[in-house]
Amino acid sequence: MVETKNTSPPSVPPAEVDEVELYHAKSFWTKYVFSQDAKVIAIQYSGVAIAIGLVALVLSSLIRLQLGFPEMFDFITPETYYQFVTMHGMIMVVYLLTALFLGGFGNYLIPLMIGARDMSFPYVNMLSFWIYFLAVLVLVGSFFVPGGPTGAGWTLYPPQAILSGTPGGKGLGIILMLVSLALFIVGFTMGGLNYVVTVLQGRTRGMTMMRLPLTVWGIFTATVLALLAFPALLVATVMMLFDRLLETSFFMPSLVEFGDQLSYGGGSPILFQHLFWFFGHPEVYIVALPAFGIVSDLISTHARKNIFGYRMMVWAIVGIGALSFIVWAHHMYVSGMHPYFGFFFATTTLIIAVPTALKVYNWILTLWNGNIHLNTPMLFSLGFIVTFLNGGLTGLFLGNVIVDIPLSDTMFVVAHFHMVMGVAPILVVFGAIYHWYPKISGRMLDERLGKIHFWVTFVGSYLIFFPMHYIGLVGVPRRYPELGDAAFIPDSVATLNSFISLAAFIVGIAQILFLYNLFWSLRKGRPSGPNPWRATTLEWQTPHTPPAHGNFGPELPLVYRWPYDYSVPGASEDFLAQNDPGPLDSESST
Amino acid sequence: MTNTGQVKVANSVNRAKGLPGLVEDWSSDQRAFKNVSWRKAMMWIFLLSDTFIFSIFLLSYMTSRMSTKVGWPNASEVFSLHIGHTNFPLLLIAIMTFVLISSSGTMVLAVNYGYRKDRKLTAIMLLVTALLGATFVGMQVFEWSKLISEGVRPWSNPMGAPQFGGIFFMITGFHGTHVSIGVIFLLVMAQKVWRGDYDTQKLGFFTSRKGDYECVEIMGLYWHFVDLVWVFIFAFFYLW
Repeated sequence: MVETKNTSPPSVPPAEVDEVELYHAKSFWTKYVFSQDAKVIAIQYSGVAIAIGLVALVLSSLIRLQLGFPEMFDFITPETYYQFVTMHGMIMVVYLLTALFLGGFGNYLIPLMIGARDMSFPYVNMLSFWIYFLAVLVLVGSFFVPGGPTGAGWTLYPPQAILSGTPGGKGLGIILMLVSLALFIVGFTMGGLNYVVTVLQGRTRGMTMMRLPLTVWGIFTATVLALLAFPALLVATVMMLFDRLLETSFFMPSLVEFGDQLSYGGGSPILFQHLFWFFGHPEVYIVALPAFGIVSDLISTHARKNIFGYRMMVWAIVGIGALSFIVWAHHMYVSGMHPYFGFFFATTTLIIAVPTALKVYNWILTLWNGNIHLNTPMLFSLGFIVTFLNGGLTGLFLGNVIVDIPLSDTMFVVAHFHMVMGVAPILVVFGAIYHWYPKISGRMLDERLGKIHFWVTFVGSYLIFFPMHYIGLVGVPRRYPELGDAAFIPDSVATLNSFISLAAFIVGIAQILFLYNLFWSLRKGRPSGPNPWRATTLEWQTPHTPPAHGNFGPELPLVYRWPYDYSVPGASEDFLAQNDPGPLDSESST
Repeated sequence: MTNTGQVKVANSVNRAKGLPGLVEDWSSDQRAFKNVSWRKAMMWIFLLSDTFIFSIFLLSYMTSRMSTKVGWPNASEVFSLHIGHTNFPLLLIAIMTFVLISSSGTMVLAVNYGYRKDRKLTAIMLLVTALLGATFVGMQVFEWSKLISEGVRPWSNPMGAPQFGGIFFMITGFHGTHVSIGVIFLLVMAQKVWRGDYDTQKLGFFTSRKGDYECVEIMGLYWHFVDLVWVFIFAFFYLW
C-alpha cells in the first residue's frame, strides 16, 4: 500500500473536490440493512439479483423439461409453459443481468476504482436498492396471484398481453409485471444518476477519464444508455397499464375476442413495439458493455500485459453505446414496417459490428505473447471472447433483412441471443466474481471447484445452444410448447431436444458447485491478502481487505498512471499500481 | 470538512474556451464539469432522462393522433370557456400558461435573493412560486373536471377519437404530477430557508448532508424544466 503524502512532487494536482463527510452508521440496521455504504448496497443488489436469477434458472429447467420430453409432465400445460418462458426471460435480462452488472458491480467497483470514498449520493443509493427490492417482491408476488404470472413473452407485445387468451392477461399477472417494471425503472434511475455523477465528478487526484479502468468505462456508458433507454419502457409500461385498467386504446386495435367485440379500437400495437425496442436494444448493450469492460481488465491482469489499444477500446465502448440507439427496429423486420426502414436499420446494425470486432481483435492482441495464467477468471474471460464471437456472427445473419425474415421467430433467434447476451455476459459475471471475491471477502475461492464449474458451464452451454441453431435452421418456431407431427420437422429434432435438455440440467446442477464454493470459501477459503492477483487498479491498493467504510485510509490515493502497467521494464515487480509513483520519474506514464 | 456544493477549481487550471475547452475539461483530472457541484450535475442528468420521458410521451401522442381512424377533436372548441354568451377559445389555457411562466420569474428572483443571502425575500419568493404552481394545478383540476363533465373519459370521447381523452389525461396528468411534486419541494425549501437552515449549515433530515443556497438554484432548474415541458405540451395539444 502506498501512503500518499502531500509532500510528494510539485506536479501533484490540487484537490478540486473537498472531502465529503461520510454518513456513519450507528446501529445494526443502518449498517447492514438500510446501509448507505456502496459496498454493502452492492452486496445487497448482487444477493437479490442472484436469488431471483436462481428462480429464473429453475424456470429454464422447467422449459427444457417440456421441450425435451413433451407430454411427459402433467403439471406443465401450454399456459404454464408460456408463463415459465416469460418470467425466465424478463428476470434474466432485467432483474438479474442489469441489476447485477450496474447495481452490483457498479456499486462495488466504481467508488473503489476511481478512488472515491463512496457514491456521490449515498442516501439515494440506498433508496435505489430498496425500490429494486420492492420491484422484485412485486414480481415474485405475481407467481402467487390467481391466474399466475403473465405469459405474454418477455416482450409483452399487445394486444395479446392484456387479453384473456394469454395467461395472466385478464388477471393480476400482467398488472404486477408492469408495476414491477415501473418500480425497477424508478429505482434504477436513482442508482444510475449516482453512478454517472460519481464517475464524472468524484474521481481522485490524477484520475483522468483516460486513466479509468475499462470496467468503469463499460459500467459508466451502460448507465448512460440505461438512463436514456428506460424512459421508453416506462412510458410503454404506463400506457399499457392504462390500456389494461382503464380500457384506453393506445396499443389496442378494434378486436373480436371469443365472439365478443371488445371496446378497444384505433390504437397501434406497432407503437408499443417501437417503444419496447427503443429500450430493448440499448438494453442488450447495457448488459454487454459492462461485460466488455470487465473482461478487458481480467485478461490484462491475468495475462500480465497492458490492454492493446486502450483509447480505441474506450471509443469503441462509447461508439457502440451511441449506435445502439439507432438500430432498434431490426427486431421488427416482420412487423410490416416500410421496407426502407428495414434498409436503414440493417445498415446501422451491420455498422455496429465494426467497433465490436475491433474490441475482439484488441482482446486477442492483448493476449498475444502475454504471460497467460490459466486460472478461473482467465478461463471465463477466454470463454466469453469465444462465445461472444460466435453469438456476434449469428447476429450478422439476423441483422440482414432477407436472411432474418425466414429465421424470424425460430429457435435460431433463441440460440443467437442466448449465446450473445445470455451465456457471454454470465461467463463474465462468473469470471468477475472469481476475480473480485478475494477483495470482497478477504479469501480466495477454491480454484479446483472453479475450474470444474467453468468447464461444465462452458462446454455445457455449447452443447445446449449449438444444436439449437440447427433446430432453428430447420424451421422449428420458438415459443411452441410442443411440436406435434409437423411434416417439415425431422425426427432428429426431438432427439436433439432431449439431448439439449439433459445438457441444460447438468449445467443447471453445476451451478450448485459455484454456490457451494461461494459459501464454503467465505469461512474456509485461503486468505488472499490485499492484492492476490498483483493487479494495478485502486481497489487492490486499499489499506483494509475487505475495504473499510470510506474505502481508503486518511488520504485518498494519488493516481500516477493508467491502469495497465504490467510487466514494465525496470520496475521491481511485474506491475505498477495506479498510485505507485514508479521507479523512474513520477510523470512517466501514458 | 465542508459541503459538496463548494467548488474549488485550482488556480493552476488555465482552461481554454469553446470546443477545445470542452474537450480539455472532459479529459481533465477529477471532474468533467469544472465548476459544477455534484448535486447540480445530478439534477441536469436527471432532467436529461426526464426529457426523454416527455419526448416519448409526446411522440406517442403524435403517432396516435396520426393513426387514429376517427377525427381528432378541434382544440379551439374543446378547450374554450363559455362566459356570458360568447366562447373564448383557449382562455383558460392562456391564463394557466401565464401563471406558470410567471412562476418561473418568481423562481429566478428566489435564486437571486438566495445568492445575496437574503433569507426572508428568498423564502417569500419561494412561497409565491409555490402558490403560483398550486394555482396552475388548481386550474388544471378545473379543466379536467370540465372535460369530464362534458363526457370525456380515458376510454371514450364524444367529440371524436377516443385516444384524445386517454392521451390528454395521461400527459397533462404526468406534467401536473411534476408540478405538484415541485410545489411540495418548494414549500419544504421555503421552510428551510425561513428557518435559516442554509445559514446555520443544519444537516438534512434524510440525507444528513449540509445544504446551502445553491439548493435554491437546483430547485429552480427543475422548476424551469417543468415550465419548458409545459410550453411543448401547450403547443402540441392546444395549438395543433
